[in-house]
Amino acid sequence: MAIKGLMQLIKKSYGVSLSVLLFGALTVNASPLVLGEPEKEELKLGFIKLTDMAPLAIAYEKGYFEDEGLYVSLEAQANWKVLLDRVIDGELDGAHMLAGQPLGATIGIGTKAPIITAFSMDLNGNAITVSNEVWQQIKPQLPVDENGKVIHPIKAEALKPVLEHYKDTGKPFQMGMVFPVSTHNYELRYWLAAAGINPGFYAPEKGDNSGQREAEILLNVTPPPQMPATMEAGTIQGYSVGEPWNQQAVAKKIGVPIIADNDIWKNNPEKVFGVTESWAKENPNTHIRLVKALIRAAAWLDHNGNENRAEASKILARSEYVGADEKVIANSMTGSFEYEAGDIRPAPDFNVFFRYNATYPYYSDAVWSLTQMRRWGQIPQAKPDSWYIDIAKQVYRPDIYRLAVNALISDGLMKQSDFSDVDNETGFRPPHNHFIDNITYDGRSPNAYLEQFSIGLKGDQQI
Amino acid sequence: MLKRSTEWLLPILGILFFVVIWHFSALQVKTSLGSLPGPVQTAEQFVLLVEDHLQEGEKEQAFYDRQEERNAKKLATDPDAKIKMRAYTGKATFFDQIVTSLVTVACGFILASVIAIPLGLVLGLNHKLYMAFNPIIQLLKPVSPLAWLPLVTMVVSASYVTKDPLVAKSFLNSMLTVTLCSLWPTLINTAVGVTNVDKDLVNVSRVLRLSYWQHIRTIVLPSAIPMIFTGLRLSIGIAWMVLIAAEMLAQNPGLGKFVWDEFQNGSAASLSRIMVAVVMIGFIGLMLDRLMLMIQKRVSWDKQQVLR
Repeated sequence: MAIKGLMQLIKKSYGVSLSVLLFGALTVNASPLVLGEPEKEELKLGFIKLTDMAPLAIAYEKGYFEDEGLYVSLEAQANWKVLLDRVIDGELDGAHMLAGQPLGATIGIGTKAPIITAFSMDLNGNAITVSNEVWQQIKPQLPVDENGKVIHPIKAEALKPVLEHYKDTGKPFQMGMVFPVSTHNYELRYWLAAAGINPGFYAPEKGDNSGQREAEILLNVTPPPQMPATMEAGTIQGYSVGEPWNQQAVAKKIGVPIIADNDIWKNNPEKVFGVTESWAKENPNTHIRLVKALIRAAAWLDHNGNENRAEASKILARSEYVGADEKVIANSMTGSFEYEAGDIRPAPDFNVFFRYNATYPYYSDAVWSLTQMRRWGQIPQAKPDSWYIDIAKQVYRPDIYRLAVNALISDGLMKQSDFSDVDNETGFRPPHNHFIDNITYDGRSPNAYLEQFSIGLKGDQQI
Repeated sequence: MLKRSTEWLLPILGILFFVVIWHFSALQVKTSLGSLPGPVQTAEQFVLLVEDHLQEGEKEQAFYDRQEERNAKKLATDPDAKIKMRAYTGKATFFDQIVTSLVTVACGFILASVIAIPLGLVLGLNHKLYMAFNPIIQLLKPVSPLAWLPLVTMVVSASYVTKDPLVAKSFLNSMLTVTLCSLWPTLINTAVGVTNVDKDLVNVSRVLRLSYWQHIRTIVLPSAIPMIFTGLRLSIGIAWMVLIAAEMLAQNPGLGKFVWDEFQNGSAASLSRIMVAVVMIGFIGLMLDRLMLMIQKRVSWDKQQVLR
C-alpha cells in the first residue's frame, strides 16, 4: 500500500518513465532499467572557488556528466548571494550551495524562492582562522603536550583575553563568515557560544539583519576567496571559511587556523547541490542524471582511502576551478592539515565526500541548520517540531537521491554494497553528541535540542 | 617637422623607459603573493596563456569526437533518436574572454550610438527641446556603471524571460550597462555640434529652400561630424572602461571576469596573469581609439584639421 502510494506520488510529479524506474528498482537486479532521456542537455552549473566543489569538477573531468548525456559548463561565481540569485532567476540550472541556502531561501531568509536538494556534496571541510596578531596573544596561554605542541581542539575560551584587550582599547573585534545562512556562520557561532561568548542575534522583524545584536564579536559577511585579503587588510581579525582559504592564510603567513569544523561537530553537513523546485519538476530525468554523475564523482574522490585525492588536487588547482596553488589545495585534500606554519597534523576526514553516507540528503542535517536559524533569530518566532521536519522534507529530497542510486546500480556503475541500505534509510541520523560542547542532538526533536543551549533563542523567546 | 626616423624612435624610447621603470619598481613592491610581477613574468605568463588556449582547442576537438561517438551509439540502438551537436562546455580561455569582451563592447557601443546620434540631432536642431532635456542628460551623465548594473540586472532578469534565449542574460546586462554609460558624450557632442553650425550656411540653406532632410544631410551633418566623432571617441573609451568594471562586478564573461577570477584564485601566477590582462585591456582600449580616429579621418571633410 505504501509503495503504491509512493508510486502514485512520483508518477504525478515525474511522469511515466520514472515509475518504470522505481518498479525496476523494487525488483532488484531483475532487468536493466532505462532512465528517460534528459529533458535539458545543456546545463550551466555555478560554484564558488572552494575545494568542496570537487564533485562538480570531477564529474566533468571524468566524463560522468557526458555519460549521462549532459553537456555541463561550470562557472565560478563571485559570492554566495550572486550564486543563489542566478539559480533562482534561471541563469544557472543548479549550483554548489551552502547546506543552509536551500532552506534559507525556501523559508525566506533574505531571498524567498523554493530550492531543493537531492545530493549532499560533502561533510566537514571548514576551519576557523585567526590573524597572526591574535594568535600571538592567545598562544602563550594554550596547553601544550610533552613535545611542546599546542593541544587541539582549541576552545573559544582562548579568545577571551584578546576580546578583553580589544574592549579596553575600544576597538571592535570582527570576524568574517561567508553568508548569513552558511554552515560557517553557524559553526563559528557554535564554537563561540560553547565558550560563553555571544556572537549576536538577527532581528529580521526589526529590520536588523546584521546579526550583531548583543554581540561580543562582530561577524561580517565576506566572500570565501576574499577572506585572506580582507584579514590581511585588517578589516577582520579572523574568519570561518572552507578550504583552501585557511591553508592559504598559512601559506601567505598571515594567519593561523585555530580549529577545524570537524572538531566543532564531527562529520557535519557542509555543501549541497541545489536547484529550484520548479526546475526539478520540469527536468526530472535531467535532475536524476545530474545526481548520478555527482554520486560517482563523490565515490571517486573517496575511493580506496582517498587514493585519488592527489589527482583531484591537481585538477582543482586549475585556474578555471579553485585556482589556488596545488600545494595549498593538497594540504587539506590529501588528509593532513597545517595549523601554525610547520605544524602539520593528520586529518584524514578533513573533507569527506562519500564515506559515512556523505552524499545522502539527511532530514536531520536540514533540521540542524534550521535549529541554528532559530537559535540566532533568523527564524524570529517559535515553531513546532513538526514545522522543522516538514520544511526539511520539502527541501531535502532523498526520494530523488534514491532513484539516482538505483539507476547507478542497475547501470552496473556502482554496487548495492557501495550504499548502506539506502532503501530503508529513515532520513534521520541517530541522536549523538559529537559536538565540542557534548550536547546531544536528535533531529526529531529540534525544540528540545534548542533548550539545551545557554546562549541562543529557545521556546517563545524573541529579540 | 620631425624626421621620419625620430617619429618612430621617440615612442619606442618612451616605452622602453616605462618598461625599465616597471621592471625595477615592481621588484620593490612585496605582496603576500610575492613581489609584483615585472615585464618578464608578465611576458612569460602571456606565453602560458597562449599555450593554454591551444591546449583547450585540443580538448575541444576531443569533446566533439566523444560526442560523435556517443551519438553514433545512440543511433545504433535507436535509429529514430534525435541527434543534436552540443557546443563545447569547457572553460573560456584568456583569448575567448577577449573576443567576448570585444563583441559586448561593440554591441553596447553601436546601440548607444544608434540612440545618441539621432537624439542629439533632434535636440540640437530644436532649442526648446534641448532646454527641456538638458537637465535630465546632465543628471544621468555622471551615474557610475556600478550604480546602473544592479538595476539593469534586475530589469533584464524580470523582463527577458524566454524558454530558449537568443543571447545570454549576462551578455544583455553587460551590453546595456555599457550603452547606458557611453550614451552621453555622443549625445551631448552631437547636440552641441548641430547647434554650432555656421550661421551663413544655415542662411544659404534657407535661401535655397532646402527640404528638412536635405538641410540635415547637406548642411547639418557635415559640419557636425567632427563634434559627433569627438563624442564617439569619448564614448568608446568610456564603453571599454565600463565594460571591464561591469564584468568584474557581475561576473559576466569577458576580460573583467578573467581579472576577478584570478584575483580570487590567489595562486603564485595570479598577479602576473592579472598584469597580462591589464596590459591587454590598455592595448585594446588604445586600438579602439585609433580605430575611431581612422574612421573620423575618413569621413571628415576637413582634411586639414589636426586630429590626435
